[in-house]
Amino acid sequence: MYTLTDVTKTYTQSKRTVVALKDVTLEIPDGQLVAIQGPTGGGKSTLLQMLGALDRPSSGSVQLGSDSLSKQHDTRLAKIRAKEIGFVFQGFNLIPTLTAQENVETALAPLGVTAADRKRRAAEALASVGLADRGNHLPSELSGGQQQRVAIARALVKDPEVLLADEPTGNLDEETRDEIMDLLEGLWRDRGLTVIIVTHDSAVAKRAQRRLHIKHGQVSEVA
Amino acid sequence: MFGTYLRRELFNRRKQTIIIATGMALAIALVIIVNAVSAGVRQAQESVLQSVYGVGTDITVSQPATAQNATGLQGQGGGPRFDFGADSGTDTGTARQVNTSRLQATRGTTVMSASTLSTVQKVQNVASAAAVLSLTNTSFSGTLPNFQQLRQQRQSGQAASPTAPPTGGADGAGGSSFTVDSFSVLGLNPAGKSVGPLASVTLTGGRSFTAADSGKDVVVLDASYAKSASKTVGDTVTIGGTGFSVIGIVTSTGSDSTTAANAYIPLDVAQTLSGQTGKISSVYVKAASSGDIDQIKTALTKSIPGATVSTQADLASTVSGSLGSAGALIANLGTWLSVIVLAAAFLIAILFTISGVTRRTREFGTLKAIGWSNGRIVGQVAGESVVQGLIGGVIGVAVGLLGVLVVNVISPTLTGSISHGGVATAAGRGTGAGAATTGTGGRFAGFGGGGGAFSGLRQASTSTADIALHAPVTVWIIVGAVALAILGGLIAGAVGGWRASRLRPAAALRSVA
Repeated sequence: MYTLTDVTKTYTQSKRTVVALKDVTLEIPDGQLVAIQGPTGGGKSTLLQMLGALDRPSSGSVQLGSDSLSKQHDTRLAKIRAKEIGFVFQGFNLIPTLTAQENVETALAPLGVTAADRKRRAAEALASVGLADRGNHLPSELSGGQQQRVAIARALVKDPEVLLADEPTGNLDEETRDEIMDLLEGLWRDRGLTVIIVTHDSAVAKRAQRRLHIKHGQVSEVA
Repeated sequence: MFGTYLRRELFNRRKQTIIIATGMALAIALVIIVNAVSAGVRQAQESVLQSVYGVGTDITVSQPATAQNATGLQGQGGGPRFDFGADSGTDTGTARQVNTSRLQATRGTTVMSASTLSTVQKVQNVASAAAVLSLTNTSFSGTLPNFQQLRQQRQSGQAASPTAPPTGGADGAGGSSFTVDSFSVLGLNPAGKSVGPLASVTLTGGRSFTAADSGKDVVVLDASYAKSASKTVGDTVTIGGTGFSVIGIVTSTGSDSTTAANAYIPLDVAQTLSGQTGKISSVYVKAASSGDIDQIKTALTKSIPGATVSTQADLASTVSGSLGSAGALIANLGTWLSVIVLAAAFLIAILFTISGVTRRTREFGTLKAIGWSNGRIVGQVAGESVVQGLIGGVIGVAVGLLGVLVVNVISPTLTGSISHGGVATAAGRGTGAGAATTGTGGRFAGFGGGGGAFSGLRQASTSTADIALHAPVTVWIIVGAVALAILGGLIAGAVGGWRASRLRPAAALRSVA
């Protein structure tokens, strides 16, 4: 479960202080499918980075289970990300020189999994997203939807507790968007994951169990 | 994962890999060629030096040359001088036959007390030492008019009128004809063989010296000189007016150069004949180990004030000719070119690695987001750079070896000359497989009356040899070159990895957005 208490994040841009998050207090129980919406520059991505242990708040605390993400050392945060958090990005963020299979395997590298086990689990993850026959393809040889499926397989191959998705359908057409959302929804149901999706798309947000709106760094619940 | 990722990166980013590897290969090839040629030039220099100073000689001690005052035995400038009275030589009727020779210290050398040898031997870490006395034998032989007979004829009124042409002498018209011959002689301890000029020679006939030869009029000849003088084992050579029995013929161990002198005689005999009793001109020193050379040089400089103490490295700088030019070229241009190209290759590798890291910001941000540690990412970047350097190193070794092969096939001939104050050989020049040492000599004809004085030829104290350059390649040069390539990769990888490790995952991902 995520517990955010009075989280504030400020940046300095061109000698000007920008408040990205302001006194955010929030709880996200395990197993929820949450959608975060809001205007550009409202703080959605910053909130996702706090939840993903990619950044620390300027003040306040972010707790994931028993781990305080705001106080851990970089090395510990990297371990938490490696083990407990899966990321899906709008631009897929696959390594262009690695095949789909190898891209999925990169998520297991920090966990000390043996090469044989890594290959087996990566193949299973690709099969679970419907790409069992695309393992040897480079990202450039796959469609946008297929690339995002590879990214989802990479996020899920390590069996994380949380899946964070930043505009996962932002670069996809409507049909593919629905396919990806079906996939995410199915995985959420089957695996009991906590899934947090940042999206502009109301159609995507409507499929969530809980909807949050963030504007000027402040979070509110959407009925 | 490391290996797979590395292989894919190098293969899929071929352009960067090729540029970095090519730069590194050029640098490594240049380093190998310059090192090999440099070693070849050093060997050639050593070959010239060994012909003069002997194998194993680490240090030589001599006295600096001083201006020589003309003595009763020397002409202007210090060359040998011969004076003949009216009744000198043998009367042959109308002419007089004169034949004399003189053994004296070689021009350009200054003798010192023989006790210097024991001073040297007492210095710590001196393994062995040998003293030599460098001498030049100059002989004068020819026909002069019979001045005594002419005078008697004048006094008795038998002489022709003052306008009558002269008679007698070599040409029957009052003229003279004579030959001046000169060759180098080295006096050395016949029992000492571990260090000194004879330590580097090969016996081609007869025998070498033994301790029993001390005090005896025996001589060992340089093969080239023996050939030019038509001497062989068992013949007699006149040195300083004394007949010496030829007991052996020697040639240089290296086929490219001459030995140190034309003739070698026992030191005590040389001292007596030249009037240099208790004197020597040089001491050859062998160090216990190469690491002791500097310490010995310092100690000798301190214990023998005013002496010139030269190591092989010091002496190498005295080698002139195209060999000296090649040495200077390698030492200056070659070394600096290698350093500059190597630095440029390192810089290229670093800049391309940094550029690669910058281009891959999103990639590294993503890897950090999925849990890759800084250490893993730094290792990945460094690994890629090291392998790029290694590829460049391997190609560079191949290109370098090819370059060395070309040098060895062309095998340019270099001429090395060395001027040596302690030991003198006549100037000569050889080609190809052997160099010739010949004594200087000359034939003069002239007219005189009532006696005369002649100054001998100036002895040139220079050895010259033509040496075919061979560039050797050792395993250590190759290992060193590959190590340099890996070092270049490591430096580039360390810089690139450091840049990658400083990327904050959130900032790296945000920069893409």
